[in-house]
Amino acid sequence: MTIRLEPRTSVPRWLSPALTIGAVAVALTISGAVIAAVGGDPVASYLHILNASFGSVGVLSDTLVKATPLILTGLACALAFRMRLWNIGAEGQFLLGAWGASAVVLFPLVPDGTPAIILIPVMMLAGMLAGGLWGFIPGVLRARLGVNEIIATLMLNYVALLWIQFWVFGAWSESGFQQTKAFPDAALLPRLADFADAVPAFAGLTVHLGLLFGLVTAGLLWLFLERSRWGYEIRLIGDSPRAARYAGIDIGRRLIIVFAISGAIAGLAGMSEVSGVVGRLQDRISPGYGFTAVIVAYLAKFRPGRVIVAAILFGALILAGREIQPSGVPAMIQGIILFTLIVADVLVRYRVRIERRVPVTAAAASPPAASPPAASPPAPSPGAGG
Amino acid sequence: MTVAPEPPEPSGDAPPTAADSLAVQAIGIVKEFPGVVANDHVDFDLRRGEVHALLGENGAGKSTLMNILAGLYRPDAGEVRVEGRPVDFGSPRDAIAAGLGMVHQHFTLVPSQTVTENVLLGLDRPRFLLHERESEAEIGRLAERFGLRVPPGARIWQLSVGEQQRVEILKMLYRGARILIMDEPTAVLAPQEADELFATLRSMTAEGRSVVFISHKLGEVLAIADRITVMRRGKVTAAGIPATGATKADLARRMVGRSVLETLERTPFEPGEVVLSVRDVVADNDRLLPALRGVSLDVRAGEIVGIAAVAGNGQSELAEVITGLRPCGGEVLVRGHAVANRSASTVLRRGVAHVPEDRTSVGTAPNLSLTDNLIMKRYRQPPVARGWLVDESSARAIALDLRDTYRIAAPTVDTEVRLLSGGNLQRAILAREIETRPGLLVAVQPTRGLDVGAIETVHRLLLDLRAKGAAILLISEELDEILALSDRVDVMYEGRVVGSFTAAEADIGRIGLLMTGGSEADHAPAEAAG
Ligand SMILES: Nc1ncnc2c1ncn2[C@@H]1O[C@H](COP(=O)(O)OP(=O)(O)OP(=O)(O)O)[C@@H](O)[C@H]1O
Ligand SMILES: [Mg+2]
Repeated sequence: MTIRLEPRTSVPRWLSPALTIGAVAVALTISGAVIAAVGGDPVASYLHILNASFGSVGVLSDTLVKATPLILTGLACALAFRMRLWNIGAEGQFLLGAWGASAVVLFPLVPDGTPAIILIPVMMLAGMLAGGLWGFIPGVLRARLGVNEIIATLMLNYVALLWIQFWVFGAWSESGFQQTKAFPDAALLPRLADFADAVPAFAGLTVHLGLLFGLVTAGLLWLFLERSRWGYEIRLIGDSPRAARYAGIDIGRRLIIVFAISGAIAGLAGMSEVSGVVGRLQDRISPGYGFTAVIVAYLAKFRPGRVIVAAILFGALILAGREIQPSGVPAMIQGIILFTLIVADVLVRYRVRIERRVPVTAAAASPPAASPPAASPPAPSPGAGG
Repeated sequence: MTVAPEPPEPSGDAPPTAADSLAVQAIGIVKEFPGVVANDHVDFDLRRGEVHALLGENGAGKSTLMNILAGLYRPDAGEVRVEGRPVDFGSPRDAIAAGLGMVHQHFTLVPSQTVTENVLLGLDRPRFLLHERESEAEIGRLAERFGLRVPPGARIWQLSVGEQQRVEILKMLYRGARILIMDEPTAVLAPQEADELFATLRSMTAEGRSVVFISHKLGEVLAIADRITVMRRGKVTAAGIPATGATKADLARRMVGRSVLETLERTPFEPGEVVLSVRDVVADNDRLLPALRGVSLDVRAGEIVGIAAVAGNGQSELAEVITGLRPCGGEVLVRGHAVANRSASTVLRRGVAHVPEDRTSVGTAPNLSLTDNLIMKRYRQPPVARGWLVDESSARAIALDLRDTYRIAAPTVDTEVRLLSGGNLQRAILAREIETRPGLLVAVQPTRGLDVGAIETVHRLLLDLRAKGAAILLISEELDEILALSDRVDVMYEGRVVGSFTAAEADIGRIGLLMTGGSEADHAPAEAAG
């Protein structure tokens, strides 16, 4: 018996979304089996996860807080992936963005006492510039020197982490701790809870303005990718670089710009995290958002709208993880989802056939053994036809 | 009634009707794609030992029918019998196991591997690792038997297109194919290579193997085929008529449903200013070997200059140099502006349009829609560009308009172009390029793969463009086409222009001689060959 993959000649429209949903379902089933195998109760675990992430307005708000950096980094990846630029460096760009935003407060780049209305935009700008620079570097390396962007972005992640550590352990360290001093209030993104005086229902809700950044960015990115001339060029380059060159597009320049924008979006995620959640810079500000973003972008098939949905799903997983077990179960589920997604991707393009082994004949050599259509000296046809 | 594997007599005159003398029989095949019935109750049969030509307009459903026979598609209805037995192929592998192999227009070889490795690729036999020498000898014998000259140790990327095609044929023969389907094999061949292919096909049929041969070139169909089937819009309009007695005019009428008379009305030649001027251009090919060794030529407004050359003598590189896709030394001027080594977009802005040789990965983006492909050269200007946005509705309107004007058969303008038939893809490219209203059009093999009706259309379009004062550089391996359209013919050989003729003095014999490296009394001897 052999299992073969055959390219599909046509892909029905429903197949891809169906397989994506199927992949998640299969992943949850496998994870459930693992939980059961180690003596846990999968149903209870999943109910717990559901409850811990969507069970009340309070936890839903926490889920959205976790989803916020994933939305932005996921969008960053989706943009680059659209052009078949494998930016695996959202993590580093996120960290640089956090650093850039912090620098505004800590150097400080603006005088003390600057009001939030000015400080926040300056921090956003600084975060995006720093993240953008971290995307620009691999972009230039790839466009001008042909350096593989996967390796470049992956390594820049480590550089970014060391860079952060250099500052939080050194110049910005708060009396020897691995963190900087807390930001002034003007440097913090407003949260829903801040308006509890006016709307009592908002009390305790941690959702911050960063979520809006994510939603607005998703909208802008959709416009950029689906409606703008650059989006058209990105589609063209992604599908056939040679055709794009023929159409007069300077691929190298587009590549650098897209990489820089991708980095800037991830940088904004970093800014939103230090300013909206943490309130200071630490070396452990990301539990790997930039890597989860790769899965989020894949799950969303690189579509901005779907990135939001996928990010919320993973935000819930991360949040619930703290409830169940610090990292084990959710990390496992994430890994399995990635795996099943890749399988689903193959299934979109190929169909699987399982069959008995079909022998292959050599030229005029030995005729094949069994298998329905026999070959060379044809047996007298059993009365086929007239 | 038993049939030996090698009945020597070529069939044709004696009409054998017994089912088992049929290599393949397709009955009532129906295949529907979204928006089009590609095969509408098609009957087709292939006799043992014959070359059966399949003709039809672009999009008539020829490739679809053959893909069904070869196991690539499953028919919606109908039955296929191979050597009398009903078959239901789930994949090309099943088909080849039954002795039926297909050579597609796009080859499926691995460029970095050798001929032998490619032939053995995908076979289940572990022998292949152990006895490569033996297999190589076996392949060599097979190649010799059918006149498939190709160096077994050479890597695919080093081979010409014609040689690669031979490897594809070898691959099928090595797997025991007794029935070979060839989808437009001669579209990519030089006339000399086509003759060699025909000799191979004849040696195959002499052994009792059978061949289906798709082509748009009526002349060669009449020369090689025993019988001819013509399709039109998914239906058979002539079923297996004998080739002897058929005429080009008759076949053309059955294909397009009207008589095709290629009488080209050419307005008298009134040369205008020089639009394109190429001076002492040198350039390398993709393998970094010199492809152009000092080419100079001019094209004037209102003039078609044809480049006659055998494939691989630098004409493709010349087109790329002019259109900004290949670096070069020397000078290229468009209306006096230097464009050599500038970007493709600079050349575009100077009003240069380009019908590229590679239509599936250069001329179009296969997974994008017809609309996206049709706006490729004009999304930067209004009305498609609206500020920094692409105006979807005007893009659509343009696509619909071009589809109707140039009769591009596509279910919708949102269809991905990889689903278009070869000829319709070419129409889409031509429509797009001509609609940029170019001052200079560089057209490389503009009618490759087109049906007779479409060729006529393209020729008309080119002449119309010329009449409007455009300069046209026409690069084609069809000498007839060059002679019919050109006001001047430049002959290229080994990267040089070795002869230049006005339309009046152009002589097919002299041009043919120069193309193959022969010298002429009134020309300095070209490169001592050999
Ligand atoms: N996979 C597919 N999905 C949708 N439509 C298809 C597909 N394959 C072919 N078609 C359509 O079916 C019709 C027949 O196509 P086919 O490729 O068989 O034509 P053809 O006779 O080989 O033409 P050509 O001479 O141009 O190669 C065309 O209208 C084509 O657009
Ligand atoms: Mg075809």
